Amino acid sequence: MDLDQKLSILADAAKYDASCASSGATKRDSLGGTGVGSTGGAGICHSYAPDGRCISLLKILLTNRCLYDCHYCINRRSSNVRRAAFTAEEAVRLTLDFYKRNYIEGLFLSSGIIRSADHTMEQVVNVARTLREVHDFRGYIHLKTIPEASPELIEQAARYADRISINLELPTQQGLDRLAPEKNLGRTKQAMGRIRVKLDDAADRKRGGDRKLRHATGQSTQVIVGADPSTDADFLARSDELYRAYRLRRVYYSAFSPIPEPSSILPPAAPPLMREHRLYQADWLMRYYGFSTSEILTPENPNLDLHLDPKLAWALRNRHEFPLDLQTASRDQMLRIPGLGVKNVDRLLGIRRLTLLRLADLARLRISLPKVRPFIIVADHHPAREGLDTDRLLARLAPKPVQLDLFGHALR
Amino acid sequence: MHCVDPGESFTTWRAAARGLVARDVPPAEVIWEAPVTSLFESAPVLAPPVGRGGAPAVPPAFVELAQTVACHADTRRWALLYRLLWRIVKGGERRLMEIASDADVAMARMLAKNVRREIHKMHAFVRFRKIGEAEDGRERFVAWFEPDHYIVEAGAPFFRKRFANMDWSIFTPKGCAHWIAEEFQLTPGVMRNPCDDPDVMEGIWRTYYRSIFNPARLKLKAMQSEMPKRYWKNLPEADLIEELSRQSSGRSQAMIETPLREVKRAPVNAYLDHLRERSAPVEVPEDPADVADLSLTDVNRMVHACRHCPLWEHATGAVTGDGPDNARIMIVGEQPGDREDLEGRPFTGPAGKLLDQALAEAGLDRSGIYVTNAVKHFKWTPRGKLRLHQKPAAGEIEACKPWLLAELSRVAPEIVILLGGTAAGSLLGSGVKVTRHRGVVAAPHVASRVILTVHPSYLLRVDELRKESEYRQFVADLKLAAGGS
Ligand code: SF4
Repeated sequence: MDLDQKLSILADAAKYDASCASSGATKRDSLGGTGVGSTGGAGICHSYAPDGRCISLLKILLTNRCLYDCHYCINRRSSNVRRAAFTAEEAVRLTLDFYKRNYIEGLFLSSGIIRSADHTMEQVVNVARTLREVHDFRGYIHLKTIPEASPELIEQAARYADRISINLELPTQQGLDRLAPEKNLGRTKQAMGRIRVKLDDAADRKRGGDRKLRHATGQSTQVIVGADPSTDADFLARSDELYRAYRLRRVYYSAFSPIPEPSSILPPAAPPLMREHRLYQADWLMRYYGFSTSEILTPENPNLDLHLDPKLAWALRNRHEFPLDLQTASRDQMLRIPGLGVKNVDRLLGIRRLTLLRLADLARLRISLPKVRPFIIVADHHPAREGLDTDRLLARLAPKPVQLDLFGHALR
Repeated sequence: MHCVDPGESFTTWRAAARGLVARDVPPAEVIWEAPVTSLFESAPVLAPPVGRGGAPAVPPAFVELAQTVACHADTRRWALLYRLLWRIVKGGERRLMEIASDADVAMARMLAKNVRREIHKMHAFVRFRKIGEAEDGRERFVAWFEPDHYIVEAGAPFFRKRFANMDWSIFTPKGCAHWIAEEFQLTPGVMRNPCDDPDVMEGIWRTYYRSIFNPARLKLKAMQSEMPKRYWKNLPEADLIEELSRQSSGRSQAMIETPLREVKRAPVNAYLDHLRERSAPVEVPEDPADVADLSLTDVNRMVHACRHCPLWEHATGAVTGDGPDNARIMIVGEQPGDREDLEGRPFTGPAGKLLDQALAEAGLDRSGIYVTNAVKHFKWTPRGKLRLHQKPAAGEIEACKPWLLAELSRVAPEIVILLGGTAAGSLLGSGVKVTRHRGVVAAPHVASRVILTVHPSYLLRVDELRKESEYRQFVADLKLAAGGS
């Protein structure tokens, strides 16, 4: 099989992994070295696929042969797909050749599980080691690890990679038992715990002056939405726990997608992509806007409204908090106004010290007036409290059904 | 009216603007354009700047913004920048840059944003083609890019840093950048792509592009908002977009109609067997008496599967005892903390470090001691972005007690050191208070010698004044186990 054929199989096999971000690495470049590469913090999307997702990394599997039988996965042993495997040398060459042409920011390497967790991890780590040590590659590397891999191998992965991740896949053990019988929530959490300890220690050493230390700066995970009956509350509660306990940089929500070799125990239909989008929005509110999961969802309503963004939904449930005077409201209060993002809140805080805020100021900051108007007071706008109490508000603010065009990537 | 030639760059504009400010020429009296020779004999000679260092002092935020705005292709940018400068240095609006909603500031910020976006797109969409190698093996690459703004100079340092060890040129109609034999050079723009032979890797890159696309999620609008059509003609993969989009509904329909595949039996494989063994459900007896004749290993396996109280659910895993199972001394703490929960071992966090230090000072070797906790799962409550340690409730201590008793009976230590109220409550009952009964306590059902002292996390919390004396007292308590008095 030639390289082109292998690539078509092993990139196809990797495309269901949502994460492709190349952000958050320590700054470095190739000056003074012998190879290529730099990382700058923000990450660059070098292309976009027609599915709207960005292409930032060469995302491939080392092999799509797999012992496991996760039913949502095209590479599971029950699947009838063509199998292929890259040699380490091939994966290294492809990364370097693409990188030098400025097609990519680096490599995202995952693998089906062949023989054992450790055997597989060794192969994956070997590619990263070759890139770093033989070719002095200073671009981005993201390695997928396996919870059962030995701590020594995970430690090595962290040494060569910028980001490491372990996919949680489903938020509950019951879900895993049914759809991914070889996976285990407790073991995944334990592996994430060990990784966090390693990342913390490395960060301490760096702060302590060990500037030369090259080490991953974060871990992330992915969950599949809509493959089992888990509610949005299940997903958000699990994410909240993971962010807190393991300091994940990011939880990726990937709407379960039809695959060419569907399994007989999967749901017949894919979930609406909007659900994935709403989860990203809710996740964002938890991480950057100070919302707790219980404010976003309740036991009676454990799923996000597909028609209303979660911040607006919260504001409509809590109308008594509004309208807020932008001249005097606290930052935390302002962050809860629908239509105001973190950046604009901080800008407004700066501006209001120097001048009185008016609607025109908001317009020039490109804040959507129809969206914020009912919730705010500024010098030339005092909405009647009654306006907030009418159901017309909901009718006015609930968007007409629009084509979804935002993905997690766009939210980054 | 003053007609002033702003030149092509921030530097030339700045020189002109400084002169105008020095001569008190208000913005309304300046036309920023290159003089047409038939109307003007020559460009106006501007008076040299006056004052300290010659230049009016402006906030760094303005200079930074102006440098970026200067790269924009809009000819009105020079007038806008001069207006801003004037308002800041002559109009008394020293803090103008902080008012992002001011019409001029908002306009300048928008232009700057366009420029930054274009620089970002240059970093993203420049596609190098390999055209050969130098004699020393240095590879040579060229690229063609068509930016909307004058961004080549601002965008080039990125490529120097990233591709320091290759030779490359980026040709654009608005300036070219070259890095050849470690020399950097900027040259004027060229109107056509000087190299239109494709690179062999382009075919493989297109294969990648085709394969990484998920036809079940076609989203052309989202794609175009990030990769506008004007860039497509220089991206080798872009002409696949049409074909892939056209096929996508057929491909996803075909997937949906594919007959479902039955589950395949697991192959015989030692690794899978081992996984199954690890995941096998463990029966945890309700009655502690039922664990009476199990080994410590078996007990610990059950602890990991224990659901006797709700604490297991939000912890990483159980933290069982650590140390030789025939240890002469056993230490019982309260419950694992954040770090212990992550590592799965007792006393590895800050309190554990302090304990280690105190043990060493008391002449005790931790490696010979069996260390465990009264409660095996970490109890926490959310606070900010953290997990905040919470004291276990009486019911939780009670629920976990059988495991502690099992450990106690297997290790059968001669000496037990109880750290803090939770450990004391578990083994001695709630009537025993550390403050009152500190030191050696009589509890023959626990061990022949039982020592009660504070938990080291108390020493971390106690105020500075008492820290030292409390610590000395703690070490003294531990010494009671060292055989001394
Ligand atoms: S282990 Fe499961 S998730 Fe991983 S590749 Fe194999 S089948 Fe897919």
